Amino acid sequence: MIAAIEPNWYLLLGAVLFGIGAFGLLVRRNPLVMFMCIELMLNAVTLTFVALATRLGDIGGQTAVLFVMVVAAAEVVVGLGIIVSILRGRPGATADDLVDLKG
Amino acid sequence: MSDATFLEYLVFFSAAVMIIAGAIAVIAMRHPVHSALGLILTLFGVAVQFVAMEAHFLAAVQVIVYAGAIVVLFLFVLMLLGVDEATDLSIEPIKIQRPMAAVVSLGLVALVAAAVIRTRDALLINPGAGIDVASENGDHDANIRQLSESLFSDYVFAFQLTSVLLIVAVVGTVLLTRKWPRDKAGS
Repeated sequence: MIAAIEPNWYLLLGAVLFGIGAFGLLVRRNPLVMFMCIELMLNAVTLTFVALATRLGDIGGQTAVLFVMVVAAAEVVVGLGIIVSILRGRPGATADDLVDLKG
Repeated sequence: MSDATFLEYLVFFSAAVMIIAGAIAVIAMRHPVHSALGLILTLFGVAVQFVAMEAHFLAAVQVIVYAGAIVVLFLFVLMLLGVDEATDLSIEPIKIQRPMAAVVSLGLVALVAAAVIRTRDALLINPGAGIDVASENGDHDANIRQLSESLFSDYVFAFQLTSVLLIVAVVGTVLLTRKWPRDKAGS
């Protein structure tokens, strides 16, 4: 007899996903791939929110995930806009070239 | 071991493998388009876990908004800019960067895992009002109804603020990416 799946397992899975995303964000130099790593970390957090909503029996966790998704969508739109306006002149720029953002 | 538990295990571990494999593909692929495909795999895995945790509405939104809209936006920008050439990952601009990044991210995972394991037995009481679960017979919309009741009563102010956020994001993006007629050189 094995135990049923606990919410803790989802929390651990979310922690691993967050770690992978953080590693990619620190290592990769392509700004678009770095952005995808931020999405990975956001998804780890949403997984944690839903797992804790289940564990605590509170629907507020799922409502928070809805807001996280809205903010993530807005963040992707603005971030990709910035990346497009920087990379338009020279494709192949890495994150080091973003020093041009300085006013 | 009952069949239901076995199925739960099967769903959990196959979705976990999807999530981890997709995440590793995102950071390990040389080609950004392949990274985007790995991201789709991860997002679908997270949607499967949402279904396993009875968050059906969030699973649908996850597939539509993330795997649909956001990844398509990533691919659109990749194709638009033509930056989809493969990068050589063996080049390491800063020597100590990768070991340091590995230490930092492993430390993060270990910290969170320690916190989860330490509080394993805490919070076993349910302080919340409980989550309605869609049942086989009768109430199929329990999850989405409870979610909407929470969203439009307790969090209605935040919900209205998100509309402001979306408008600001759209206007800001249009301003950012617009080519101004007098500024031909581009900054």
